[in-house]
Amino acid sequence: MIPELGHFALILALLLAAAQAIFGLVGASRGNVAWMRAAQPAVTGQWVFLSLSFGVLVWSFIQFDFSVRYVATTSNSLLPLFYRIAAAWGGHEGSLLLWGLMLATWSVAVAAFSRSMPLPYKSRVLGVLGLVSVGFLTFMLFTSSPFERLVPAVPDGNDLNPLLQDVALAIHPPMLYLGYVGFSVAFAFACATLIEGRLDVAWARWARPWTLAAWLCLTIGITLGSWWAYYELGWGGYWFWDPVENASFMPWLMGTALIHSLAVTEKRGLFKSWTLLLAVGCFSLSLLGTFLVRSGVLVSVHAFATDPARGLFILAFLVAVIGGALALYTWRAPALKSEAGFELASREAFLLFNNALLVAATGLILLGTLYPLVMDAMELGKISVGPPYFGKAFLIPMVPLVLLMAVGMHAIWKRSRLGPVMNLLWILLGAAVALALFVTLVVYEEFHFMGLVGFTVGFWLLGSAMVEPIKRFGGWRTLPAGFWGMTTAHVGVALFAIGVTGVESYRIEKDISLGIGETTVLEGYEFRFEGTKNVQGPNYRAIEGTVLITRDGKQVTTLHPQKRFYASGGNPMTEAGIHGRLRRDLFVALGEDLGAGKWSMRVQYKPLIRLIWLGALFMAFGAAVSAMDRRYRARSKVSAAVMTGHAAGEAAR
Amino acid sequence: MALARALLLALLVSTAALAIDEKPAFDDPAMQARYESLTRELRCTVCQNQTIADSNASLARDLRREVRRLMAEGNTDQEIRDFLTDRYTDFVLYNPPVKPRTYLLWAAPGLLVIIGLGAALMVVLRRAKAAKDNPAALDADNETGSP
Amino acid sequence: MKVRLGVLLPLGLFVVLVGFLFFGLFNDPREIPSPLIGKPAPTFTLEELRDPQQLISTENLAGQMYLLNVWNSSCVTCRQEHPMLMQIARSSNLPIIGLNWKESDYPEDPEIGRTRAISWLSRFGDPYTKIAFDKEGSVGINFGVYGTPETFLVSGDGVILAKHVGAITPDVWRDKFMPLISQGGGSAS
Repeated sequence: MIPELGHFALILALLLAAAQAIFGLVGASRGNVAWMRAAQPAVTGQWVFLSLSFGVLVWSFIQFDFSVRYVATTSNSLLPLFYRIAAAWGGHEGSLLLWGLMLATWSVAVAAFSRSMPLPYKSRVLGVLGLVSVGFLTFMLFTSSPFERLVPAVPDGNDLNPLLQDVALAIHPPMLYLGYVGFSVAFAFACATLIEGRLDVAWARWARPWTLAAWLCLTIGITLGSWWAYYELGWGGYWFWDPVENASFMPWLMGTALIHSLAVTEKRGLFKSWTLLLAVGCFSLSLLGTFLVRSGVLVSVHAFATDPARGLFILAFLVAVIGGALALYTWRAPALKSEAGFELASREAFLLFNNALLVAATGLILLGTLYPLVMDAMELGKISVGPPYFGKAFLIPMVPLVLLMAVGMHAIWKRSRLGPVMNLLWILLGAAVALALFVTLVVYEEFHFMGLVGFTVGFWLLGSAMVEPIKRFGGWRTLPAGFWGMTTAHVGVALFAIGVTGVESYRIEKDISLGIGETTVLEGYEFRFEGTKNVQGPNYRAIEGTVLITRDGKQVTTLHPQKRFYASGGNPMTEAGIHGRLRRDLFVALGEDLGAGKWSMRVQYKPLIRLIWLGALFMAFGAAVSAMDRRYRARSKVSAAVMTGHAAGEAAR
Repeated sequence: MALARALLLALLVSTAALAIDEKPAFDDPAMQARYESLTRELRCTVCQNQTIADSNASLARDLRREVRRLMAEGNTDQEIRDFLTDRYTDFVLYNPPVKPRTYLLWAAPGLLVIIGLGAALMVVLRRAKAAKDNPAALDADNETGSP
Repeated sequence: MKVRLGVLLPLGLFVVLVGFLFFGLFNDPREIPSPLIGKPAPTFTLEELRDPQQLISTENLAGQMYLLNVWNSSCVTCRQEHPMLMQIARSSNLPIIGLNWKESDYPEDPEIGRTRAISWLSRFGDPYTKIAFDKEGSVGINFGVYGTPETFLVSGDGVILAKHVGAITPDVWRDKFMPLISQGGGSAS
């Protein structure tokens, strides 16, 4: 009975989403105020019913309702409560429902926080969001309902994939979806602007905090995924350039470009059509990602159970949404040209280069990810494109980007005034090179060219980012949140670069077999194997090893890597033992029981790896701080009708 | 049936048990390093996108064994790659070979950066000229360096 | 309305992208086409599964066209394909040579696998003229095998004419194998 309620709630949500779309878009084009006003309660209603539906699904999981097919395939009677709830989004149908709920949530938020927006514009934004919702809900109801029943019900379910029974991985999809779906807001703003043929740029100021929020969620989502892969998958890697990983990274890169481009459009009314195109592009990449994960077109460990019929539906949806938006763009963009000038080393110029490099990076990842498919389509055979390609290729736009960042963050609007600061930057560069040489030769005692380059670039960026905060230290309270956000995020990029350089240049991995009491040495750390014992978990039993790590005779830590055997069957899972410090991780994973107390295992030394995730968190935090800048929260005292002209006319202070 | 399919998929995905060989393949650290590097660029043909180093699939284990055998017999890295591509096509290489059909792939990073920066530069030069031709317009608004 | 190239480019690129994605939906990204078609079959000498004293080698298989069917007893799809193989064995004079591949997973003793494979055959039927027992799995690898069942059609001169991944269905037999068999002068129904 209750699952049927969930299904019915979905149907109601669909009807309300349709109403939202119709009232919003048609109402705006007809100037019908009553209709436009009606879009907002439609949004709220859609959200209520979607929440209800999702609540019903979670309830079915909590109550072990194995008569629901989706519950039976992703849960089982021994699954602990937390993971039963997380299992709601562990499979295709449930994760789609979460997508839909997130979309409705963002829509409600936009409706609530947009008092200063003119009614027709706001209605169009909500209308576009409604159209996207209609697409998702239709897809769910017709091909992927999570409420399908199993007749007869099974006595017990299959279990949630043990890989997913983990806290980080439980939160990772919701954060990712918040990000993906969050870009729909910028998309809706762009579409509304294009539909109206708006020439002013108030929309850029409205869109920016939403974009920052979506971007920060996506940053956290990707970071969680990388962190999880590191400690859960047992091979000590943090990124594999898997198609699904790339599918999340591309909207992130384009989102970064969008945030920066919005700054220019907001400030100087420039790059209007480019920014609109980026906004369409980010969400398009989110949708493309959804397609890639669910259609079976690419091979990935992350892919959901694939089904070409679903793939066809999503492709049709993509064509409608993205095709429609791009058609709008093609129609309206030419009218949006602006003529303002700026000098060669101005902030505008640097941001334009920033965008060029970020979009180039996005393009190359897209090409690499789809190349096997394209070659296959043209009957040119099968190839694989993996980390050896991406690792090298990605550096090509990224190194220039980081170098330009170090300089560009000091540029001012309109004019080239870098002269004074360049002297300081040259000195900092020299210091960075010296420090990098010190780190590579003295700390790690091994010359590594890319290591030197990476550390130099990272240290230089870090130093450069600290220049303004230190210069303005006395008056720090007067600096806008946007400044602190930017600084924090750029520091995050520097930390990230330093972390990647450290790990990739100086990590050490060793496969060995140890008997009880035997030791191996890695970078001055002595790993001693003390044996194994059996442990029992809620839905698994495990063999737990004990490895004692000492250095210069002093104990560092004791690690307990496990090999888990879940009651629901399947291959054994590795839980690595990790000792983490900012300057290095020590990592041990159990392999096989070789008999007579001997075990094979992999031990790793990973310098600076934590800086990677710390840097990403700084980026996310920076975005959060920026989004809270007062100018986004000010209620405009000027009526919406007066919001025209270039940035000079803005009064929101 | 759908249950079985989902179960099968769950099994396929749950290959998290580590693919650690019994002992280091080679006592010689240089050979061992070569082995580790090679197995990290070779693709497991039955897995959902994993290297033969990381996969614990049975065929991955066999392929690692073949690599060890070929290395012990004195084959070079390229000969070992050729051995595998003769049997499994270029699919098995995560580092795509540079052939006419992959020229675009390998040229892409450089090309995209050059095209992107080039286009950006053209716009910047045009705007810089506009700024020079019309300095008064530039002073019209009072924006400075805040982000 | 003058439309600049730059403005039309995103839409154009999108259309091209959709075209490739559409193709991708009907394509199996994990299927590996065999690079051995038209090339000589890799040589091997292996024990006969049912009689360890007997050896099967590519030399003594030469001279006649044959099917090489790669299978093992734990392969579910092989079980589904089996009746078709029995029928082919009955109704045509094309020899079906079995390659029992990866019967035993490390660390099982291969002889246990041999026994198990033989009892599988006695339970379900034996369509094979000869069965080569690939204990190590390297012969399969030489043939580029990556799953079971896989079936090769080898000509009298030892050249691989075709390979099929997955179960042989009546359609596959009719459309893929029979034309090549009749071309080669063999007979099958």
